[in-house]
Amino acid sequence: MQPTHRSRRILLPVKMWFVFTTLFIALFLNYIPTGHLPAVPDFVALVLAFWCVREPVKIGIGAGFVFGLLTDVGVGAALGQHAFAYVLLAYAANELSRRVLWFTPVEQALHVLPLLFMSQVLMVLVRLLAGAEFPGWWMFFGSFVAAVLWIPLHYVLLLPQYQPVERDENRPI
Amino acid sequence: MVGHSPPPFFKRGPAPLAKLVFFLVLSLALLVSDLNLRYLEAFRKGLSVLSYPLQMAAATPADFVRNASNYFASLVRLQIENKDLKNKQLQGGERLLRLDQLEQENRRLRALLEARERQPVKSVVAEIMYSAKDPFSRKVILDKGTQAGIEAGQAVVDDLGVIGQITRVFPMQSELTLLTDRDQAIPVMIVRNGLRAVLFGAGNGLMELRYLAANADVQAGDKVVTSGLDGVFLAGLPVATVAKVERDQARTFAGIPCLPAAGVEQYGQVLVLGHREALPSRPPEPEVINKGKGRRARAARD
Repeated sequence: MQPTHRSRRILLPVKMWFVFTTLFIALFLNYIPTGHLPAVPDFVALVLAFWCVREPVKIGIGAGFVFGLLTDVGVGAALGQHAFAYVLLAYAANELSRRVLWFTPVEQALHVLPLLFMSQVLMVLVRLLAGAEFPGWWMFFGSFVAAVLWIPLHYVLLLPQYQPVERDENRPI
Repeated sequence: MVGHSPPPFFKRGPAPLAKLVFFLVLSLALLVSDLNLRYLEAFRKGLSVLSYPLQMAAATPADFVRNASNYFASLVRLQIENKDLKNKQLQGGERLLRLDQLEQENRRLRALLEARERQPVKSVVAEIMYSAKDPFSRKVILDKGTQAGIEAGQAVVDDLGVIGQITRVFPMQSELTLLTDRDQAIPVMIVRNGLRAVLFGAGNGLMELRYLAANADVQAGDKVVTSGLDGVFLAGLPVATVAKVERDQARTFAGIPCLPAAGVEQYGQVLVLGHREALPSRPPEPEVINKGKGRRARAARD
């Protein structure tokens, strides 16, 4: 199959303040006390994976570590639990970005799903080794919900980059 | 992937793999020191300065939902609750009337026996706001914190018995670890025969009496109360009821699951008990007599 060159679509360069704003909004969503409600997606993991795929040069492991620690503190998890998972997630997403960007959003979501799932499995393993109770299988459902959210997220987070500086009917941007 | 990455045209810091290893080791070190050694409470407090405003903002929708559901609680339910409460008050009233007199009598008797008086403890009423999001533990967040004088380690009870212990405090909130959490233990005794034991959370909403011999005198239905040996919980607070006793010859200890007496997994008002006065220190170990060769003997001679 011929590549569609979707990733070659000319976009405005991303603004770093926008990246960090979205990450903080995701952090805010993670902090909402939903208790033990099943299938609540990990928003920080999702947005972090998005920017790691989209901007592998600018966003990566360091951001994953910092936002992992912030999630740990806010959620009341063991310190380093989310940081550990997000660092690996960021690395894998960075490595995958050259491949993933050729696909349509739906196919991209299918690529990201295993990454999100892996980060959850890692967290469960770490906590089980430390002697915590198994939270139940429903918790893994969260990464599937997150993968579905990837598709709308793809349009929402890229929206500012689709806005040209000045409107020009003859330019295909 | 590692071997096939293109040569770096632009300088961008250390290689991704080196960075990955560095941060992985760092987060693993944090994990170990937090879970096993518990060194990082100060670090966590520092980070929570950053996360706290966001947390408070994120709790607002939850508060709103809670208040809205309270607001729309039906009249019928409130009437039923009111009737129940009146009944309870009537039942308790008679006992309360006798309590004053009993306390007086107890104090006099204790004075006669020269026993330590049971000190009254200061307590704070708090409300459970929501359960913490960490799915691996059973913790809830209370709406009072250091500003209300709450400290880590305090015991928390509701109207039926003990529900847990404060493990972390923030300025306006505190984190309460429920008795059913896997890491929570509480020294107890069985009312019927005064047998001392330790009750652990089992994680599935139950608790478990561990390290009791297979032939220990425990029966299903036994009431379990705090023994007060830890110096944290007051003695005699109801904790649990023995659900059943599994005596297996193959194992050294009996398996004794217990049902919590209080509404451990419920929401509502709770009472945070103040710190108890410290227990008298342990009697010193008997000194080994060393025939006048020790330092003390020499000092006495000089």
